[in-house]
Amino acid sequence: MDERTLDEIIERYPYPSGRTLGILREVQIKEKHIPMDTLKLVSEKLDTPLSDLFSLVTFYSFFSLKPVGEHLITVCMGTPCHVKGAEKILQSIQEHLGLSGDSSDGKYLETTPDNKFTVEIARCFGACSMAPVLHVDGDLYGYVTPEKIPEILTRYGWKR
Amino acid sequence: MKIQSARDLESARREGLIKIQPGRPRIGVGTSSCGIAVGGMALYERMKKIIQDEYPDISLVKTGCIGFCKEEPIVSVSIPGKSLVLLHKVQPDDAERIISLAMEGRVPQELALCKIQDWDHITGSLVHGGGFDGIKDYDEIPFFANQKKIILRNCGLINPEDIMEYIGTGGYFPAFKAITSMEPEAVIEEVKRSGLRGRGGAGFPAGIKWEITKKASGEEKYIVCNADEGDPGAYMNRNEMESDPHMLLEGMLIGAYAMGVHEGLIYIRAEYPLAIERLITALDQARSLGLLGKNILNSGFDFDIQIATGAGAFVCGESTALAASIEGKTGRPRIRPPRLTEKGIFGRPTDLNNVETWCNVPVIIAKGASWFSSVGAKGNTGTKVFSLVGKVDNVGMVEVPLGTSLNTIIFDIGNGGAQGRRVKAVQTGGPSGGCIPVRLFDTPVDYESLNKVGTMMGSGGLVVMDEDTNMADIARYFISFASGESCGKCVPCREGLKHMLLILNRLIAGKGTVKDLNLLKELSETVQKTSLCGLGQTAPNPVLTTMQYFKEEYDELLEA
Repeated sequence: MDERTLDEIIERYPYPSGRTLGILREVQIKEKHIPMDTLKLVSEKLDTPLSDLFSLVTFYSFFSLKPVGEHLITVCMGTPCHVKGAEKILQSIQEHLGLSGDSSDGKYLETTPDNKFTVEIARCFGACSMAPVLHVDGDLYGYVTPEKIPEILTRYGWKR
Repeated sequence: MKIQSARDLESARREGLIKIQPGRPRIGVGTSSCGIAVGGMALYERMKKIIQDEYPDISLVKTGCIGFCKEEPIVSVSIPGKSLVLLHKVQPDDAERIISLAMEGRVPQELALCKIQDWDHITGSLVHGGGFDGIKDYDEIPFFANQKKIILRNCGLINPEDIMEYIGTGGYFPAFKAITSMEPEAVIEEVKRSGLRGRGGAGFPAGIKWEITKKASGEEKYIVCNADEGDPGAYMNRNEMESDPHMLLEGMLIGAYAMGVHEGLIYIRAEYPLAIERLITALDQARSLGLLGKNILNSGFDFDIQIATGAGAFVCGESTALAASIEGKTGRPRIRPPRLTEKGIFGRPTDLNNVETWCNVPVIIAKGASWFSSVGAKGNTGTKVFSLVGKVDNVGMVEVPLGTSLNTIIFDIGNGGAQGRRVKAVQTGGPSGGCIPVRLFDTPVDYESLNKVGTMMGSGGLVVMDEDTNMADIARYFISFASGESCGKCVPCREGLKHMLLILNRLIAGKGTVKDLNLLKELSETVQKTSLCGLGQTAPNPVLTTMQYFKEEYDELLEA
């Protein structure tokens, strides 16, 4: 992120309450991760030790230090999604994209070798009425079944 | 224009009413997050184009969500002098027909869900009219008939992006009444007498918390709205903020006046972009009308609200962790006391209430404490909104008086299991709650009765489980959740939950023994008793309740 963009973000947070997390949230949304260079820049501009910021971005699950692929797929693992088969949804996505990482400890983020897709899991989007749900680049898909996965992926340029 | 007098407010109300009942057909499209995901926004855009090109006489607005998620996208059609009709499962291809029929004063019968002749917005009421004999009444739909809408009074019926519509239903009149004609102490007294208890789950009396904050020493104080709805399976607050953001702002305004506080904060999850966007719009509009900012309603009282976003940490629902997060730190709880009311954000006295607690306040001021306390049960006054989800037929947002039985909610409103499956249990209170078996569904939903059966009210998620759900797997799911969300500060929670998870994994893999079961129970009780904050203290509840009520399912897992 260039310095000017960051300055514009920082300007939107004149008050101390909610400032640091608010700024980091905007960086995360814009860059789809928190680049280390940007984190250093934030540290200088807010006059906050880099170690403090590092502890924030690793504590809060909304932030990621790892860059993501072209499209970001987030599978919801909330309770209603769980009882309605979220794990099978994740498995199906992994199979189609040739990924194999383990998500049993509640954390998962994996990118395809061609950098086209990153798959991650989330705690709960609060879209429980349509469980199981997933996001692709912020678009919400509800009532997902393993059979619907190829069709959803195709919309984002996946080829069988 | 700034609202400075009763006359200004009344003229704003008239202007708002004309928007809601414009004297020509008005179509409202449900566009909360879930409505959008099932095609609500595409439908709105399609209609907008048709109306612009061909039918400029039709008024089209975005509305929030009326809560019947299963039937979305829901569209409301209002023809002057006739009942408001709710259409369900509307597809973009239906747009043309809905519009052209509305021009003739008709609606597509086959899409009609029900009709509303008049509506009690609590702070005001609206008469729509009669007609449409072939369409069922709102009260004839079991999903709606057993509900009582106080908090959701406007949801799905007004445009959440237009403050005038909120004022049109009588909104901001309670704030006007409080600020211009009541002493702050009298406002607190009214809230105390109403019996309103914290809707975040703990149930602490709101009026008493306000009083403590008001009396706390220090000039600069904060009031905060906890909108970090982190319980998986709960989305009431998201819907409330997306569908009617001004009821929250008005509740906070009244509270700020009562406590003499000038700075408010809404701590909201980053995962709710639409709610954040609508709150920002609502704040801007309230400021431009002089309902927030300096010299509110020409009373000399100053108050404004800022938004602080969370970043995905369940533990930040705990009050001291939430305060740390707002200060820009990692959300790790600290020992209480001192409580936030004494030493909160940046060391200042802070009053923290849940979204829904705030949303009740305008109603209490409008209708009075006695009216409010006549709803619900003794010691559990008012209503509560629940997100009824999981393996239930009618998924949706449900508001009932406290004290309503689980049977009423799950069978009468929810119509039992989805696809005719048999309901087995319900999880209340998220990862802090427990699983209640169907034989205890006559339990009234109030703070104390839920505690008695081993669970808790929590923020309002009701996740229904059916015969296909394995209860040990559910227990493992929650322990995995809590273990992943543990902040790591205290040993019982950090290490205890991890080992509970290992035992559960062993059991589910068919490699567990009776000794494991006993150890799991013992460890659960230790974590409960010795953890620092509510996360650890309540995390074993799903294990303990499933072991108590579904012991046979654990026994079946034991190594032969």
